[in-house]
Amino acid sequence: MTRVLVSGEAAGEPLVLTAPISFWGGVSPDTGIIIEKRHPQFGLALRGRVLMIPAAKGSSSGSSVLAEILRNGSGPAAIVLGAPDAILATGALVAQSLYGVSCPVIIVDENRFQMLATSAKLQISGPDIQMC
Amino acid sequence: MALELTSEQRCILDAKDGRSFALAFVCTYANAVGASSLIPIVSAHIDGCLYHGQVSLDFVRHFISLGAKVAVPTTLNVGSVDLIHPGLVHDDALNTNGRALMHAHLALGCAASFTCAPYQLADSRPPLGAHVAWGESNAICFANSVCGARTERYGDFIDLACAIAGLAPCYGLHQSENRRARWMVSVTPGALDNGLVAIATGHFIGRMGQGRVAAINGLDPSTAEHELKGLGAAAASTGAVGLFHAIGLTPEAPNLEAVFSGGPPEETLVLDERALKAELALLSTVSVGARLSAVSLGTPHFSSAEFKQLMPLLQGTKSKIPFTINTNRDTLKYVSECGWDTILRDFGITLVVDTCVYVTAILKDLSGAVMTNSGKMAYYAPANLGCEIAFGSLQECVASAQSACVVRL
Repeated sequence: MTRVLVSGEAAGEPLVLTAPISFWGGVSPDTGIIIEKRHPQFGLALRGRVLMIPAAKGSSSGSSVLAEILRNGSGPAAIVLGAPDAILATGALVAQSLYGVSCPVIIVDENRFQMLATSAKLQISGPDIQMC
Repeated sequence: MALELTSEQRCILDAKDGRSFALAFVCTYANAVGASSLIPIVSAHIDGCLYHGQVSLDFVRHFISLGAKVAVPTTLNVGSVDLIHPGLVHDDALNTNGRALMHAHLALGCAASFTCAPYQLADSRPPLGAHVAWGESNAICFANSVCGARTERYGDFIDLACAIAGLAPCYGLHQSENRRARWMVSVTPGALDNGLVAIATGHFIGRMGQGRVAAINGLDPSTAEHELKGLGAAAASTGAVGLFHAIGLTPEAPNLEAVFSGGPPEETLVLDERALKAELALLSTVSVGARLSAVSLGTPHFSSAEFKQLMPLLQGTKSKIPFTINTNRDTLKYVSECGWDTILRDFGITLVVDTCVYVTAILKDLSGAVMTNSGKMAYYAPANLGCEIAFGSLQECVASAQSACVVRL
């Protein structure tokens, strides 16, 4: 089952988060770098990556942080979710409607998530996700 | 399932004004989350006053330029600045932009509440069963769990869009079938006090629940409302928790049968005294005796009941380090009416309103750890403020302030 929350086109190297993250408090709004010290991917940059997140969590201010890093160019190319996350979908939607910056947000099932996570590069167009 | 609008909603959409832009936004969101209809809301709480960057201002100013106003009574979450006590925030850019953002929201017709705990304001508590659109994770959790109102976990932007549209997508926690408990935590508190049990339980259900609605059995019947507030705030920090049921305490949970009407718990986990203490230990990055730079209480905003609990503890040596308490304007007024403001000041306590020390630049020296009795503050402060953190009971926070190091009682 693939479901598109925010439609668009993108390509990039996957960045797989092995623990859930709250964008607010967990990601710098200036640099798009993961700043949550206890997070396994602490210190990594989201810029240009296809961000793969197994489950949502945390503060409802996450949408602003996502929209801000998309506005200032340090945001991810796309987000692939293992579970629905309306907070991230909203952030991506605002960046699209105010600035025309595209960051597709797509939900996939667990098997597909695991398979996509092993890919060197992902290409997204609407509901299609190609491994390359 | 496609979204269906009523003819009245279609008329709003066709008007091409501020409300139609808001409604279009709500519709896109509703489609994204799979809602098939929109429902009228009775109130909104907007988490858009914290300045996260240019986008925060751009979004609100876009609505102002379209002449939009909120359609329902709307409270505002904390901002980046204490408007009542200018000078507390020592970051110039944050002062300018944060202030502009707070005023921009007032121009849309929102109330100047600037609190993360709007449910503590006399006229802003949502009634049982009412549909609302609330932002701010702890407020969402409290509105659903303790008030029994119905809101999804609205984030920045969508909460304001719902307030202006007066409508929200009908999905998730707005619907009865999604409010049933799916798993259970059985608490055996032993010697710990209710406040600490609540924080530990909240931290646990967020961490372990994978976003599922939890039923908590075994909390002491005397657990206070501010302790449930702390529980929800901790749960909504460590996980995607929008609703919990505390058996015998919260309105939709008179007994286990009521919350598990949809089927038996998928799993039941036990939190005994040892597990509760282990959970609390996760909230501190430093040990007993560590040097402190500050103590901060009131995340979420301190209530009058919490001040009542604190006042008798303020005896003897005054605080040796900066000591802040975040609260709202109404509670600040109540505190002065009780004559407590001078006692607090004499002890070395600074009252902060409209904002919260963990989201803005108020604490100047962070070379030592910061101590708090808030699970939420303890969880977020290391990343937000870049400091070490010590979690402790209210009594331990006061004793530690008097010694400028972490004291365990």
